[in-house]
Amino acid sequence: MPSRPGGDGGTAMIEARELTKRYGDKTVVDRLSFTVKPGEVTGFLGPNGAGKSTTMRMVLGLDAPTAGSVTVNGKAYDRHAAPMHEIGALLEAKSVHPGRSAVGHLTALAQTHGISRKRVDEVIDLAGLHSVANKRVGAFSLGMGQRLGIAAALLGDPEVVMLDEPVNGLDPEGVLWIRNLLAQLAAEGRAVLLSSHLMSETAQIADHLVIIGRGRLLADTTVEAFVRETGTGAVRVAADEAARLRELLAGPDVTVSGSTDTELLVTGLGAREIGRVALRHGVALHELTPLGASLEAAFMDLTTDELEYRSAPADGRSAR
Amino acid sequence: MSAIAIERPQEGAASGRTAVKPVRFGRVLLSETTKFRTIRSTWICLSLGLVLLGLFGSIGAFTYDGGGAAVTDGPPGIAGRPLDAVSLALMGLSFASLVVGVFGVLSTAGEYSTGTIRSTLAAVPKRLPVLWAKAILAGAAVFVVAAVGAFAAFLIGSVGLDGEAIALSLKDDGVLRALLGAALYLALVAVFGVALGALLRSPAGGIAALVSILLILPGLAMLLPDSWYDTLNPYFPSNAGGAAYALTETSDRLSPGAGIAVFAGWVALTLAAAAFRLKKTDV
Ligand SMILES: Nc1ncnc2c1ncn2[C@@H]1O[C@H](COP(=O)(O)OP(=O)(O)O)[C@@H](O)[C@H]1O
Ligand SMILES: [Mg+2]
Repeated sequence: MPSRPGGDGGTAMIEARELTKRYGDKTVVDRLSFTVKPGEVTGFLGPNGAGKSTTMRMVLGLDAPTAGSVTVNGKAYDRHAAPMHEIGALLEAKSVHPGRSAVGHLTALAQTHGISRKRVDEVIDLAGLHSVANKRVGAFSLGMGQRLGIAAALLGDPEVVMLDEPVNGLDPEGVLWIRNLLAQLAAEGRAVLLSSHLMSETAQIADHLVIIGRGRLLADTTVEAFVRETGTGAVRVAADEAARLRELLAGPDVTVSGSTDTELLVTGLGAREIGRVALRHGVALHELTPLGASLEAAFMDLTTDELEYRSAPADGRSAR
Repeated sequence: MSAIAIERPQEGAASGRTAVKPVRFGRVLLSETTKFRTIRSTWICLSLGLVLLGLFGSIGAFTYDGGGAAVTDGPPGIAGRPLDAVSLALMGLSFASLVVGVFGVLSTAGEYSTGTIRSTLAAVPKRLPVLWAKAILAGAAVFVVAAVGAFAAFLIGSVGLDGEAIALSLKDDGVLRALLGAALYLALVAVFGVALGALLRSPAGGIAALVSILLILPGLAMLLPDSWYDTLNPYFPSNAGGAAYALTETSDRLSPGAGIAVFAGWVALTLAAAAFRLKKTDV
């Protein structure tokens, strides 16, 4: 009978250990170890071709690892009695017959797990597919296809939700919808793994980051730590009374560094708050620039380094 | 079958957890039934198979001119033998076998060409139950349709043959066996298609293999030295299967029972290879 992992916080929901996949002589995933914990959104980041989709296929047992292992709630995926209740996934590639309706597709999936028709209607509504539920999936837009994939992922009311580049093809409203949905799923205590090749987009949704390049782990950290360590997410402020402003901005979560007499680099406060403080105290600003965009640059730096390591002769150390 | 509603305690979750049960073969069978029902090619192939069997068979009987000529063309088991009421009724069998074979191929290979296989195997990670379910359902559906088509062709045809020397009734020797043999043969062809589609993972590849093995292979075999040909010929898949629906037994063929068994053996072999590939390789 199916064993139930407790919903106790802190248990790893997805655990990859030295996970490796080779296609021919090409190593696509290289001794990758990471965990995805419940109650938070883990961003799985890497440039295109880094091995994110391959890793996710291995989580579901669709591709067998060349070496290493990955478990979902403590067991290999195929050892679960009701796998769709453990983890629900949206994969990158299309995985629906274009001639079938959304209802037909979801019903067939639901029946493998004895899931009721009522639940099928529920996820259709949840994904906003009500009006097209009986249309052929082949006629769906990319965005509707993604929504159907997410409906399928949620069908089994899973403890872990794993989505491969879900915002691809979604309009801004769809992106917002996913963001809220994922936050809600994590708040319900579920583990969420979300892949993307865009740092800025992921940093807005994720709590934790697993960053890979060429199949190797580059960073396993929180968004907060990543932002702090890379000095991004900072705001550059220039003011005549920089020293006075520095005191005004001081706070427990705020760090202020300054390179010159008139320029400050502030982290922990947004441009809006800084502007308000300056106005309230009559400090004249002549520059107020959020450096948020350089989060992407920090990510690029990290992953480009990896490319350099790869072209050098193997030195047996893991790139960091 | 034990129905266990898996309940998960979870803080902050909406009230009323979704009841989820373990994956069992019966549930996979139900799911695959839904998949068959919800694509058009199922209905197109099955109704085309029915029409080909029924229509060709009855037309054959109504246009029969009583000359007593041998059938020169037609499916293995019928071609080149004295014309009888059963072989007339099964004039459409060759075409029907292609259609039901394609139906089988599409049910598995179509999952790969559309990507559905990833959803399917994520839901049923043990994998093999999916293949068995498809084989059972395709075989059963085709058996029913083919039996209806063959009997309809024979019964309608017997009106056209009324008074002719070759007229037969269902009660005559071998008639019932031959008609049911035809339905069984077609059901196995559908399973053969299921297996080929799963093995080759491509609709075009599966259909090409099906046509080659059932229709072209027997012809190519004529290039073999005579002694080999005589020994091997009865065992080719479609020749062996043909013995099951021929009204009369001849020395150059297997008996109906042996014939269908040999054909079933080929199908089982292909299905085993498909199962091996399904279980062992990435999708
Ligand atoms: N089935 C396969 N056979 C051979 N190479 C593959 C296969 N799947 C993926 N790859 C290669 O593995 C690398 C990683 O691909 P993928 O996991 O899709 O990366 P990502 O999702 O991070 O963009 C790519 O170079 C891709 O070409
Ligand atoms: Mg990808």
